[in-house]
Amino acid sequence: MSAVIEEYHHDHQHGPDKGILRWVLTTNHKDIGTLYLWFSFLMFLLGGSLAFVIRAELFQPGLQIVDPGFFNQMTTMHGLIMVFGAVMPAMVGLANWLVPMMIGAPDMALPRMNNFSFWILPFAFSMLVSTLFMEGGGPNFGWTFYVPLSTTYGPPSTTFFIFAIHLMGVSSIMGAINIIATILNMRAPGMTLMKMPLFVWTWLITAYLLIAVMPVLAGAVTMMLMDIHFGTAFFDAAGGGDPVLFQHIFWFFGHPEVYIMILPAFGVVSQIIPTFARKQLFGYDSMVYATASIAFLSFIVWAHHMFTVGMPIAGELYFMYATMLIAVPTGVKVFNWLATMWQGAMTFETPMLFAIAFVILFTIGGFSGLMVALVPADFQYHDSYFVVAHFHYVLVPGSVFSIMAAAYYWLPKWTGNMYDETLGKLHFWLSFIGVNVAFFPQHFVGLAGMPRRIPDYALQFADYNMISTVGAFLFGFSQLLFLFIVIKCIRGGEKASDRVWEGAHGLEWTIPSPAPYHSFNTPPRDLSDAHS
Amino acid sequence: MATEQSYETYYVPHKSWLPIFASLGLFLTVYGGGHILNDMTAGEAHSSGTWILLAGGLITAVTLFSWFRKVIEEDHARLYSAQMNRTYVWSMWWFIFSEVMFFAAFFAALFYIRYYVVGWLGGEGERGPTDMLWPEYTPEWPMLNTPDPAKYPGAKEAMGPWGLPLINTIILVSSSVTVTFAHHGINENKRKKLINWLAVTVLLGVLFLAFQVYEYYHAYTAMGLTLNAGIYGTTFFMLTGFHGAHVTLGTIMLLVMLIRAMKGHFTADNCFGFEASVWYWHFVDVVWLGLFLFVYIMGS
Repeated sequence: MSAVIEEYHHDHQHGPDKGILRWVLTTNHKDIGTLYLWFSFLMFLLGGSLAFVIRAELFQPGLQIVDPGFFNQMTTMHGLIMVFGAVMPAMVGLANWLVPMMIGAPDMALPRMNNFSFWILPFAFSMLVSTLFMEGGGPNFGWTFYVPLSTTYGPPSTTFFIFAIHLMGVSSIMGAINIIATILNMRAPGMTLMKMPLFVWTWLITAYLLIAVMPVLAGAVTMMLMDIHFGTAFFDAAGGGDPVLFQHIFWFFGHPEVYIMILPAFGVVSQIIPTFARKQLFGYDSMVYATASIAFLSFIVWAHHMFTVGMPIAGELYFMYATMLIAVPTGVKVFNWLATMWQGAMTFETPMLFAIAFVILFTIGGFSGLMVALVPADFQYHDSYFVVAHFHYVLVPGSVFSIMAAAYYWLPKWTGNMYDETLGKLHFWLSFIGVNVAFFPQHFVGLAGMPRRIPDYALQFADYNMISTVGAFLFGFSQLLFLFIVIKCIRGGEKASDRVWEGAHGLEWTIPSPAPYHSFNTPPRDLSDAHS
Repeated sequence: MATEQSYETYYVPHKSWLPIFASLGLFLTVYGGGHILNDMTAGEAHSSGTWILLAGGLITAVTLFSWFRKVIEEDHARLYSAQMNRTYVWSMWWFIFSEVMFFAAFFAALFYIRYYVVGWLGGEGERGPTDMLWPEYTPEWPMLNTPDPAKYPGAKEAMGPWGLPLINTIILVSSSVTVTFAHHGINENKRKKLINWLAVTVLLGVLFLAFQVYEYYHAYTAMGLTLNAGIYGTTFFMLTGFHGAHVTLGTIMLLVMLIRAMKGHFTADNCFGFEASVWYWHFVDVVWLGLFLFVYIMGS
């Protein structure tokens, strides 16, 4: 028996291996976090290039580049890849890198399962992307895959789309369980829940959302699979089912899903703003309760995505009022961020620029969300470009900006080198201008009646669509600059101090830069600096 | 919150081949399965997916076996602390919660159809169009006549609760009791008691499954109750079928625990694998009670 123990202990002392096998076999939370982040960036570029096809087609009215069927495949795959391949894995990557360091843990609670969660994703996305090359083309029914478009009228590759969703769900559920176990069980002695950094809090709540709704999504796609191949009647009224049932189940998953993408972003911004305002986060407790309230509300508002489907009027009213309630905890968060900056000694390094842009632009997206929450008004907005503008404002300058803010903020800790501040600021301004030029005009064409998911449009929308396309290409190509900055930072640069930012608080800043392969083999004793 | 001592011995495994093989196995399984389903629906007699599916299933099974064996070895090598045990406990509970949510989707579909859709199909409310499509249709539950009988032929009768389903209820509830006796066997350090009651539990699980297979056979051959029979058959088979799949998994878990118990594993303070299987078993038991109430009693 003792020989076995020695063997394991011997193993445990290894540093990182060399070569590709380091990444395939790793159980280290930092390696896995890096894998997630690179995978996410790859998917971001892929999903972005599909958006290029969409925007290029919409540059002018008329059909110029692709046929409408292929256009539909592009909108579908763009949405799926960005949601499940870019934003969610990036957030999980950040959690992997940061949660153990922030709570003083040696690693994630279940390191092998952690690696399993990651390596499912490349397989799942290879299968999903390969559907584009299958007979009949890839999924062409929008990322929400409403029936009967996705059942009766879907291409044969829908089967592989369904299984890809299943694999992503398995990955997400295992990842979420791992994060919950880590946070609840691995905190350094003395770190109570209300002493955790806010990023950890938001991820704890996000993980609960994931475990609650990913199985529901699995249920929805399973019902589709059965309807397609085994003659069941879940979504077919001819057999006593109901296509609207699909929408209810999908959005019971879908609405919490949008908070899965934004709550960790709230966490990131709540870490960054205090650092560069050189003040404590205003209203820590209320931030925690607001996050929990948003998560709770996310379960009881799903049908606001379906106002035009023909619900009973009582349902419309209930879902409208419940949805508007979300503005309260969200408002608490926005005001807390503003109050944190109020009278702070602010400096505007790249992470702070992204964080402030997040607060402003996410709030715009939140306000347009309130507009679409109003039942009578939503009959006009529904399925128009206004909705496209709304959710791109919360997802791109929302989630994606927070991910970039996080990358700049923690890159010096991850690599040991400072990134190029001038280039970082350039990247920020190009992204900021690009994103607004791309998406702000979409509010106008949407209000004027341009429907979403079409390859052609009426002539009066031409100018704004042209502007939108220019902005989208500006934003897209700016991300190559981001790639360059990150690679440059990894390869060298001014050495970062342990603290990196003078106003930074948290356990991750108490260890060297770059963070050693195993950060806390024994729990840290001094928690006085555990959160800001 | 961890005590310091248990914290410092938290075991972090070094590199492992298990995750990549598990991912590959899962991928091949669904990729092969996808081809089989598509070929089946396209009317092809043979599918290229069969071998891919088998290879994937084999890789997954071998990997899972190796993974669990590795974990048990590490446990026997005393690499795990009380804190590690808490990680497993948390993980199992949240896994079971995710399963609850999976079933919730199917129960929700049943309730939604029963309480809203059936009435709407009959022209209730302001649902004119459906009423115009099938003016002959009269709403009922269980839905034996579907709106379009040519496409969904409907069942001759519904599955009543008081025959086999009641017997199965008694079997499954009893099995929850017998598994508790087995648990007492561990706590009282009586291995024979553990093994005997666990064996009884596994047998009850197998008996339940056998009865369910017979019930399905009877439904298909004598009652015209099939997957294709419309929404009643759909909800009946999908809910009871997924439950049956979970009973199968639970029985396999308990069977593995039985083999481990015979090999001398488990002590009163170190039996997480056994306890996790028991929790899972109680979970499938509770789901069955929901099924018995909502699918069998209120459904027929």
